[in-house]
Amino acid sequence: MTETVIRSRKIKEKKRVYPPRRPVPDLGLDKGAEKLTPERIESTIRSVLDNETGARLKVYVDTCAHCGLCSEACHFFWSHDGDPSYSPAGKVKQTISEIVKKKGKVDADFIRGAAEIAYTECNLCRRCSMYCPFGIDIAYMMLTVRRIAHLLGVVPQYIQDTAHSHSATMNQMWVKDDEWIDSLLWQEEEAAEEIPELRIPLEKEGADILYSVIGPEPKFRAQLIYQAAVIMHEAGVDWTMPATPGWDNSDMCMYTGDNEMMGRLKKVHFETAMRLKNKRIVMGECGHAFRSIFDMGNRWLAWKMPPIPVTHAIEFYAELFRDKKIKVKKKFEKPVTLHDPCNIVRGRGLHEMARYVVNEICTDFIEMHPNREHNFCCSAGGGVINTGPPFRNKRVEGNRIKAEQLFAAKSKGAQVVIAPCHNCHGGLEDIIHHYNLKMELKFLGDIIYEVMER
Amino acid sequence: MNGMHGWDWEIGRREIADLSRWKAEYKAVHETCVSPDGERIAAPVRTGETEFGLCENGELWEGEFDKVWYARYTPDGRLTALVSEMGEWTLAVDGAAWEERFEFLWDPRFSKEGGHITAVGQKGRKYYAVTDGVPWEEGFDNLTNLTQSPDGSHAAAAVQIIPMTEGEIFKFQAGVYTVAVDGQPWPRNFVNVWEMSFSPDGKRVAAEVRINLYDYTIVVDGVPWDTVFKTVWKPVFSPSGDEVTAPVRANGKWTLARNGALLWKRGYTQLWHHAYSPDGSKIAAIVAPKYGRWTVAVDDTPWNLTFGDLVTDLVISPDGGRAGCVGKEKERWSVVVDGKRWYGDYDMAWGPVFSADGRRAAAKVETKKTYGILLDGKPLPEMDGFEVLWSPVFSPDGDRLLVRGIREGAYIREVISIS
Ligand code: SF4
Ligand code: SF4
Repeated sequence: MTETVIRSRKIKEKKRVYPPRRPVPDLGLDKGAEKLTPERIESTIRSVLDNETGARLKVYVDTCAHCGLCSEACHFFWSHDGDPSYSPAGKVKQTISEIVKKKGKVDADFIRGAAEIAYTECNLCRRCSMYCPFGIDIAYMMLTVRRIAHLLGVVPQYIQDTAHSHSATMNQMWVKDDEWIDSLLWQEEEAAEEIPELRIPLEKEGADILYSVIGPEPKFRAQLIYQAAVIMHEAGVDWTMPATPGWDNSDMCMYTGDNEMMGRLKKVHFETAMRLKNKRIVMGECGHAFRSIFDMGNRWLAWKMPPIPVTHAIEFYAELFRDKKIKVKKKFEKPVTLHDPCNIVRGRGLHEMARYVVNEICTDFIEMHPNREHNFCCSAGGGVINTGPPFRNKRVEGNRIKAEQLFAAKSKGAQVVIAPCHNCHGGLEDIIHHYNLKMELKFLGDIIYEVMER
Repeated sequence: MNGMHGWDWEIGRREIADLSRWKAEYKAVHETCVSPDGERIAAPVRTGETEFGLCENGELWEGEFDKVWYARYTPDGRLTALVSEMGEWTLAVDGAAWEERFEFLWDPRFSKEGGHITAVGQKGRKYYAVTDGVPWEEGFDNLTNLTQSPDGSHAAAAVQIIPMTEGEIFKFQAGVYTVAVDGQPWPRNFVNVWEMSFSPDGKRVAAEVRINLYDYTIVVDGVPWDTVFKTVWKPVFSPSGDEVTAPVRANGKWTLARNGALLWKRGYTQLWHHAYSPDGSKIAAIVAPKYGRWTVAVDDTPWNLTFGDLVTDLVISPDGGRAGCVGKEKERWSVVVDGKRWYGDYDMAWGPVFSADGRRAAAKVETKKTYGILLDGKPLPEMDGFEVLWSPVFSPDGDRLLVRGIREGAYIREVISIS
């Protein structure tokens, strides 16, 4: 924190003039805003404020003392040299505060601008809430802006398309039902070349574990399913994967503000485990999906907790090592550093467990700073990476601080960044490339697969 | 289940197959399935390095396949499995494969009595419903939510009828999906189409749809209800076929709607999986009367017993007089009938099964990977310790129980008296 405070002071002392904001062209935002009328804007906003947000939002808006303590938390603020319009409170001021103050009497340009801020300049990472003396949940306020923008049809094209995919296929990547099963059979075949008796048991009723993944795995990262199958096999666990929709635990509808669809996705997911009589769901290395099934989606459906317990991959790996179900042949020797994904660290407190796993598999672990619950977001989270190519530069340039953080770890010797989250992976990949950091990026599963006895 | 009268209901135990021998014989034995009458047990087996077969009562089906999976018995006792040869897929039924081959075939469904089988097939990137080996005439760009009529002679599904590439968000929002019944699409498109139901006579179909990104409703034979809702779940026809009901979210609460108008007065935090008694006089549903508490409501009256984790597997007895479900509280599963929790809590519990007259009920439960049976609320002596167990079946008169399970590696079929 001291380091952060000093840097922050420097930023404040600078008193710079910041470049004006220019809207990034985007089909979803631009065309969506064109269709708005003042009446629709006002009635939609009033309906959200009257029926959905209730006292919580009002308390937050009324309580904020504009003290600016949260600014230091936000990577966008840091990376834009202290531009206050990128501070958490600054983003609130430009969006929901104005909406509340004007009771919905805002114009289409305003909605377009507010949507761009909420969808592309806030990762809903919740780092700022830790720095606010009142614990104001800025992420919740940005989600409220997104909810309004969704209901008004002003959503960036790429993430809207992803939400459409979820609604039509129950997965994030337009994967058709046969493609899903086929990719599992294919991974089983591939893995059986290495371990002949290995199986990916499909539709096994009564298996202890339902293993669920996110949409991109069958499409782009099928090797992760292969590796998971090898880990499951070697650990001797009783597991299955579904051959029906419900296999994808991810959820971009949570991030577009389409809560109804978020609920539908989680219903299908949990009911798949219930149908197969699985005792728990073990999920791959994903952060946002964890937030969706452990917090937001289940609760929208009236399940206080996940109806079938959810074990994140980090918890699962820790359990396998603790119970000596998998053993390490020879630890990974390249020096590694660890990126703490927001949703499973601030959202679930898995940071020490992640370190336990890293130390079980790696000889040389170098912390990046700040870390654990104070870690900076990858800037891909909160659906920001899913807003796609139009916002790529904004996302990467908005996280220079992360590049500095990685560079500092590299200077201490780290060659490999472990990011146990899909979105973090995507985000860090872009950052490493853009800032020419020349670091390798891995999932925990990649290293476990590499070092385990088999 | 028709034909039950012809099953062997003699009291006694028979060992049908010694699975340890299968395990010794084959490189791998996959998940087993048993026939409804318990006379047969089958499993896909790996016969060579990359060859698979299907073993039934110790006999291997003729022919070897590149892959065999999803072995299941139909309700009328035919053994089916999805099989592939040379990269082509089909369904094998009692050893004979459907002639028509597909690039992929999956999700076989059986009609209530088992007479018809419908699966989804894909070839040339077109998707078809395939009934008894015969695909629909026209294929679609995608096909999901396959649904059979109760007698299996009709099939419906959500189909994509306008081609669309990724990123075309406005085309999607204009509606590219509809329902196809026996291959014929409805004339109107929707943004989304999800679960659907046939009327008992198989002549009508009701589906849950989204007509734009925000308004949900039920469409019956292509005609949407007049009312739209914040969201809806699967619609069901009344047993007479005259009415359609569906859970709907209105005014911030869930309730049941009939033909578009609100039916139940009470609002719930959640309501889904509603079902009719066979005579249509009662409706039961899984509900959350308040946030985080779950139970069953019968005709809009929730049971007093609630569960914190979940309620699932709602079943109504064949005579319509009773309802049962499974509930979970603090990770322990229980069986519930008519609002009363049965003896014990378990690592897992299956939905209860009822006798034809509804007097008797039984359920399968699991403790530490061994399985047992509860009968009318209590554990059935000596019917525990199974390594694998299928849900028990009552004899037509309800005086006997057919137990099908694996103990010490042997598959056993046993009929016990419960009178
Ligand atoms: S990106 Fe994170 S720190 Fe910045 S405003 Fe959003 S939630 Fe707060
Ligand atoms: S720290 Fe809290 S009170 Fe201060 S400006 Fe930020 S949100 Fe407002």
